Amino acid sequence: MAAITFEHISKRFGSVNANSDVSFSVNKGEILALLGENGSGKTTLMNMLSGIYYPDEGRILVDDKPVSIRGPRDAYALGIGMVHQHFKLVDVFTAAENLVVGLDPDKKLDRKAIAADIKEICDKYQFDVNPDKKVYDMSVSEKQTLEIVKVLYRGANILILDEPTAVLTPQETERLFRVLRNMKQDGKTVIIITHKLHEVLSISDRVAILRKGEYIETVDTADATEEKLTELMVGKKVDLEIERPEVKDKKLRLEIRNINCINSEGVKILKDISFDVYGGEILGIAGISGNGQKELLEAIAGLEQIEEGGSIKYHAPDAKEAVEMKGMTPRHIRELGVHLSFVPEDRLGMGLVGSMGMTENMMLKDYSKGRGVFTSKKAPRELAEKIKEELEVVTPGVTTPVRRLSGGNVQKVLVGREIAASPTVLMTAYAVRGLDINTSYTIYHLLNEQKKKGVAVIYVGEDLDVLLALCDRILVLCGGQANGILDGHTADKQEVGRRMSVIVEEKDGEGHE
Amino acid sequence: MNSFITLFQAAIAFGTVILFGCVGEILTERAGNLNLGVPGIMYLGGIASLASVFIYEGSTDSPSKILCVIIAMVSAFIASALGGLIYAFLTISLKANQNVCGLTLTIFGGGVANFFGGSLNTLAGRFEAVSVPVTSAAFRTNIPGISNAGTIGKLFFSYGFMVYLAIAIAIIVHIFLHHTRRGLNLRTVGESPQTADAAGINVDRNKYLAICIGAGISGFGGVYYVMDYIKGTWANDGSIEKLGWLAVALVIFTTWKSSHAVWGSYLFGLLYWMYYYIPGLTRRSQELFKMLPYVVTLLVLIVNSLRSGKDKQPPKSLGLAYFREER
Repeated sequence: MAAITFEHISKRFGSVNANSDVSFSVNKGEILALLGENGSGKTTLMNMLSGIYYPDEGRILVDDKPVSIRGPRDAYALGIGMVHQHFKLVDVFTAAENLVVGLDPDKKLDRKAIAADIKEICDKYQFDVNPDKKVYDMSVSEKQTLEIVKVLYRGANILILDEPTAVLTPQETERLFRVLRNMKQDGKTVIIITHKLHEVLSISDRVAILRKGEYIETVDTADATEEKLTELMVGKKVDLEIERPEVKDKKLRLEIRNINCINSEGVKILKDISFDVYGGEILGIAGISGNGQKELLEAIAGLEQIEEGGSIKYHAPDAKEAVEMKGMTPRHIRELGVHLSFVPEDRLGMGLVGSMGMTENMMLKDYSKGRGVFTSKKAPRELAEKIKEELEVVTPGVTTPVRRLSGGNVQKVLVGREIAASPTVLMTAYAVRGLDINTSYTIYHLLNEQKKKGVAVIYVGEDLDVLLALCDRILVLCGGQANGILDGHTADKQEVGRRMSVIVEEKDGEGHE
Repeated sequence: MNSFITLFQAAIAFGTVILFGCVGEILTERAGNLNLGVPGIMYLGGIASLASVFIYEGSTDSPSKILCVIIAMVSAFIASALGGLIYAFLTISLKANQNVCGLTLTIFGGGVANFFGGSLNTLAGRFEAVSVPVTSAAFRTNIPGISNAGTIGKLFFSYGFMVYLAIAIAIIVHIFLHHTRRGLNLRTVGESPQTADAAGINVDRNKYLAICIGAGISGFGGVYYVMDYIKGTWANDGSIEKLGWLAVALVIFTTWKSSHAVWGSYLFGLLYWMYYYIPGLTRRSQELFKMLPYVVTLLVLIVNSLRSGKDKQPPKSLGLAYFREER
């Protein structure tokens, strides 16, 4: 019997199809893994089940009856509860208080009775939650446990977990899986969103695969292998016809050895990473988002604290000896010619100031060049005009706030500014995210131009087809580790996809010596 | 001893004005909205009560004391809540900047109140100032018998009913915020509206209610000031505004807990009036002493940020408009 059935579900955000015509069902009492790459529409689909979004087309059936889920309250009433990737907890409340937020407003706030309820749930599924502990004192794993207890406390029979293991250690993951199995035994239905293949194989009964917003297939886990799942997840290779000029005159620029980084939450985000970067080639970095791409680029640019040990050696074009870049200020690193054109989730968030025009944004990185206390606007204005001209930025003028430009034009401004400073190493991240095809090709062209000039280009990308067509070598990151460097000309899409989710022990391909 | 009693009484009277303002603002800020319009709201409350009972007292030969009090309180609450509603509409529905809207409300409230206050003075006659003797007397009625009975009576039972009402409201707000589920929901809205939304709490409705009721409570501060503190008259001297800012400072001093506001407000009153009872102060050094409440607030801020206790921080989403997340 089906606990949930999706019938022809579609959801659009602006011009982007997050889900198109998705139809499949989830059986009662099973653990279903929802597998897919970044942006394949897994979370969007589940958000429609939990009442965060409403489908544009199609309908959802719960227990074979069509339902309309207009908000989280409706979802709870149907016994559907979701544990979001970003926890919905109030830091200054205790576990018990968080549990009852939004429930029965007219009932007494009896903290003792709530604690007793918590204990009951904990005993049943073998959780460990201290009802009086404040959330800000909890570890990530404790917070997640609390979220699960919260969902169960609200009487959920269908549990959705969005990337639950992304923040957990292997031991904590094992404990979570034990709990999920206990819940399954109790007759609950569990949907787990993930892109980690080995976890899919170890916990789920069936796997539903989404690719680029479309439903592909559901397979029984018993019949599945890592290779088969990867193939379904990434699909066949698509030829994009992106030009890839021959590498000429390859010169060593960066020697990165044994880099380790720990993020603000105390999680080791980069583990012992070593690789070389050469001028005159494009090095691609592939990985599932949040596997250390951002931190790696920031570590090179001097924005992220690197742990003891490890080194980043910079070989300037005409210098005899290499310089140690580790420990330098971001500004010093920039002056050496190592430029980061970072395009994070929010394009304006880092790199550009939305309310300033192109001219002022040009000045951001060399504002100190004015005379005395006064800034000089002449040079940046000329530069802005030049970028506008050459990259065909569509804007009323160089003084128009960049916030009012379209995504593609903002991207051009950002990349244009970095290129104009004639860097020797140019790092870009998600440079084409959210851009239309034509603008994307403009950006690829710009990067290729830099490559021909002998610049070492690092390209962090999401689309494997683009990475395979554009890059000369591809470094795959997995869980903060370097999981092999593949040759972009010969690498196989499945192989890249597999290395993104599973650590490969033997180091093959070229890579470092 | 006598001078201590008068200092204590002055502190209580002063403290009561800002206690109302502060408790109303705590309710508002717990919903995540920083309303810097407290002085304006207190002005609105004060003038609304004065104007309405002035009309009532003028319309009848034998005004009823009870009715006077009811009219003053109800009209003040309505006027202040309407002030809060303007602010709520701007900041919640239109998502305008909270600081700017609050400051505007302060200027607006002061302007409206002083305009009508001046008009009332004109209405009252050329050489007389406006006064509402019956109402003011009703507000200042204390418990006969024990109010003068010894030191204890003088210290604790010699005030009009609003002093006790302020304490009662502070305690009720505290119980509501920390011991009921609705209060928990409201605090969730102020801490993390995303969480509240996902838990099925109506964020906007909670904010609107908290702001309007909070403004109504703050407005009582203006009523107490007009009816009791300056005995049913009007003064265009800007003192209400000064007291309003002290109420805002007191919110920080109490670390957003209305239970602390009770003693905090009296402490502020004590610090403010201390100069009067310290012998040998010149006019200039008196002004320095009047700064003490602000100095103490600064010290509390410094101590709290050094201790980095997460419980003593402002509500996490204070001052931020809530947009439901969209891609």
